[in-house]
Amino acid sequence: MQIKDHIQEEQGFLNRAIIAALLVILALLLLIARMAQLQIVEHEHFTTLSKDNRLKLVPLPPTRGLIYDRNGVLLAQNRPAYSLELVPEKVKDIPATLKRLRRYVPISDDDLERFSRLRRRKRRFDSVPIRVKLSLEEAARFAVVRHLFPGIDIKAQLLRHYPYPEATSHVLGYVGRISKRDLQQIDTSNYAGTSYIGKTGVEKAYEAVLHGKVGVQQVEVNSVGRVVRVLEQTPPTPGEDLHLTLDINLQRIALEALGEHNGAVVALDPRTGGVLVLASKPGYDPNQFVEGISRADYRALQQDPNRPLYDRALRGQYPPGSTIKPFIGLGGLETGTIRYDTTLYCPGYYQLPGHEHKYRDWKKTGHGPMDLDSAITQSCDVFYYKLAHDMGIDAMSGFLDQFGFGRRTGIDLNGESRGILPSRAWKRRTRHQPWYPGETIIAGIGQGYFLTTPLQLATATAAIANNGRLPRPRVVNYLETRGEHRSSPIPPHFQQISIRRQADWDDVRRAMEHVVQGMRGTARRIRTPYYTIAGKTGTAQVFSVGQEEKYDAEHVSKKNRDHALFIAYAPADDPQIAIAVVVENGGHGGSAAAPVARKVMDAWLLPRLLGGPSHKEGAS
Amino acid sequence: MSLSRMDLGDLTPSDPSRRLGLLARVHLDLPLLVGLLLLCAYGLVVLYSASGQNMAQVERQLLRFLIAFGVMAGIAQIPPAQLFRWTPWLYLGGTLMLVAVLLFGDVGKGAQRWLNLGFVRFQPSELVKLAVPMMIAWYLADKPLPPNWGRLGLAAALIVVPVLLIAKQPDLGTAVLVASAGIFVLFLAGISWRLIFGLLAAAGAAAPVLWYLMRDYQKQRVLTFLDPEKDPLGAGYHIIQSKIAIGSGGLWGKGWLNGTQSQLDFLPERHTDFIFAVLSEEFGLVGVSLLLALNLFIILRGLYIASRAQDTYGRLLAGALTLVFFVYLFVNVGMVSGLLPVVGVPLPLVSYGGTSLVTLMAGFGILMSIHTHRKLLPR
Repeated sequence: MQIKDHIQEEQGFLNRAIIAALLVILALLLLIARMAQLQIVEHEHFTTLSKDNRLKLVPLPPTRGLIYDRNGVLLAQNRPAYSLELVPEKVKDIPATLKRLRRYVPISDDDLERFSRLRRRKRRFDSVPIRVKLSLEEAARFAVVRHLFPGIDIKAQLLRHYPYPEATSHVLGYVGRISKRDLQQIDTSNYAGTSYIGKTGVEKAYEAVLHGKVGVQQVEVNSVGRVVRVLEQTPPTPGEDLHLTLDINLQRIALEALGEHNGAVVALDPRTGGVLVLASKPGYDPNQFVEGISRADYRALQQDPNRPLYDRALRGQYPPGSTIKPFIGLGGLETGTIRYDTTLYCPGYYQLPGHEHKYRDWKKTGHGPMDLDSAITQSCDVFYYKLAHDMGIDAMSGFLDQFGFGRRTGIDLNGESRGILPSRAWKRRTRHQPWYPGETIIAGIGQGYFLTTPLQLATATAAIANNGRLPRPRVVNYLETRGEHRSSPIPPHFQQISIRRQADWDDVRRAMEHVVQGMRGTARRIRTPYYTIAGKTGTAQVFSVGQEEKYDAEHVSKKNRDHALFIAYAPADDPQIAIAVVVENGGHGGSAAAPVARKVMDAWLLPRLLGGPSHKEGAS
Repeated sequence: MSLSRMDLGDLTPSDPSRRLGLLARVHLDLPLLVGLLLLCAYGLVVLYSASGQNMAQVERQLLRFLIAFGVMAGIAQIPPAQLFRWTPWLYLGGTLMLVAVLLFGDVGKGAQRWLNLGFVRFQPSELVKLAVPMMIAWYLADKPLPPNWGRLGLAAALIVVPVLLIAKQPDLGTAVLVASAGIFVLFLAGISWRLIFGLLAAAGAAAPVLWYLMRDYQKQRVLTFLDPEKDPLGAGYHIIQSKIAIGSGGLWGKGWLNGTQSQLDFLPERHTDFIFAVLSEEFGLVGVSLLLALNLFIILRGLYIASRAQDTYGRLLAGALTLVFFVYLFVNVGMVSGLLPVVGVPLPLVSYGGTSLVTLMAGFGILMSIHTHRKLLPR
């Protein structure tokens, strides 16, 4: 048995205590070493991580530039709006939450459908709008119960608004939510914090200047992401305001003048190329797209037989019909195919030598003896059948090419159509077929393959008004940033059409004056004592009339009735406006389209020619 | 024996108060008391920042300090002989209460730790933290040291029973502390080095078994410790954020109240278990060194008191209690700095909270009692 030896035990304890003390010191040194590793060796690394934790960059989206018409009337503005948005990541049971939310804020099925559509496009931590444009009352009602809905909040933002929705839908276009495809085409960093982008029209073409430059704010946040303070910020550069050459008053008059017909009116100032009217009817409400159009509404727009989404002014391609006659007549003079006084007898039809087929004149009884002036004034087809035949398709299309037919005008908008200027080469290239002589004949009256856009017609008309100076049309006049004007990135530009004898211009212009002023002019009923109009009517066939049949407007359903066309400029001696009108299924150019042009020209010219207070009516 | 070497002249009774001063008369040890007060003061300064400058919280902690110092002073008045007599009953009572906790205990934070005695909620594991080293020291006090194998086995059983009961609650942190308290007594009692290394090896071998016994959340903590980046927003978040806080503090720290990790809420549990990270961020390596130096002073003073104790019971108990204090410090700092897995062990006398504070101060009360009730025998 052991017995206790106190001395030895005390010594033994002392040994162990000393060892323990040494171990403690060793362990504390280990801790110090660990701290030194973290605080000295890896200090920089952890400082970076600490900054990453607390410092966040918040984008400050710029305010989109406004759009004004030429008189300073606001066409596109930004209005404060409240929207209700949900962050999917923060809401556990989204369907149940929305169901609960419906008790406080009305949410339509369309809203729900849009919500689920947008949600698929976004990341889990992005907020997705449930409702846009909450009324103040709705916003207030939600604010009271907000604590019951974590992850849902009211967001105040500026929402694009178009005060003249129908009138400006095509030319201005609209902004909509940024899509995946948009994202591929933009500098995404400049769009941080922005949810809208120009989709069509001016909004799209001038997206770069309208959008502005994103700003950034460096903020200190706490662990739940709440901003504690702002450290520094670079304010955003707001988008530039656009001042259009467009006159909203004229635009509305043009649309109203079209009445119940679909159609397009394009008017421009031949001196500058500035577009005064770029109207397509019917229009639609672009504000729907800003708020997020429902699938049903969108389908309805797409399936509407009147095709309201289709911009007829820019994209509509119509046979020019007889409106092409002044241009071809000029080509006949220039190529020497005819002289001004070359006369021909019109029996009411034309036959190619050695052919049976009769090309009929619109006037069955014939016009009798015709020269260039009377052929334009009375719109004789036979004269042009022969002229076209004698010129040949290649000479004809070669000359017409100078007026921009078959080419884009280069207007500062996207999506313009080219139209078709038929030629042998064109037919071989696109249809792999040879050219037939009969096709030349009907091209002479602007039928067959020939297609033009209303914008092309107006531009070409301006060239005649300008003695051959073909303007490049544009809708934006200048840009403005905080009161400072900046010229448009697309300055006025003209291309001179050169012909050998300047007098040929005067001859053709005189003939066009006779169309309105002459006793037998096809547009004589729009004659006005206040100024002289030079114009040309046209009728584009939609429906082919058989060889021996007579076209009877009354018996052809409205849909197949001819399109009525009219081109004009005025005043004839000092052109200030050039215009092209297409009235779909309107019938005759002289009766359906010319009065529309007259109303627009009156509105533009009368205040200027007569003076008076109504000159500035657009600015009111 | 030692008596034979004594000089009789030294047997003259003397007035303790004249020889030991005022504090000794009330059974307090001046160096230890100063060390503890400095540490508490440092803790309050850090707590003010860690609580988000919440003065009310600081005041509540100050009140806890007063209570804890009161408990310490009270226990210091009890002579060690009295503590010796109570030891088996304390141990028995504590162990029975642990059983009661498992049967009828209140659940808090997913573990059964509390015993509701009707008038007060009580955590028996805190009592056991003191009772286990007391019991082992009591058991070995009159036996020759180092203990033989049989006694060692019985002592081990006395440790294992309450440790298992606590681990079952589950409260891994406390179980580790209680086990270490008992093992320290054995270590100080002089068990052979061969046995110590053998036990360490056995512990290593038993790790897989332990893994099997662990609950899911405990396993998760270990996994997180091994690879915190694996789940940076979930379980790894604590340790990642606390390392960022410590590391970004640098040598001098970001300054009091200026720790961004702490003040902006990135640091979880920042006024309780992770308060060390706040201290490190705001006071840097210099502040950390100061804290460790204060703690080292307290530990060395505790070991000195143990070595000056006059009987086996006092020596073993004082030494073990001091070393348990060290384990608190080491485990907490190790855990906050990513050296050890996250177990719920507070930073002694600095972390906000009262339960472990009272136990720790009671332990220091025992140390003071042992030191100040020595019979004035010449050596």
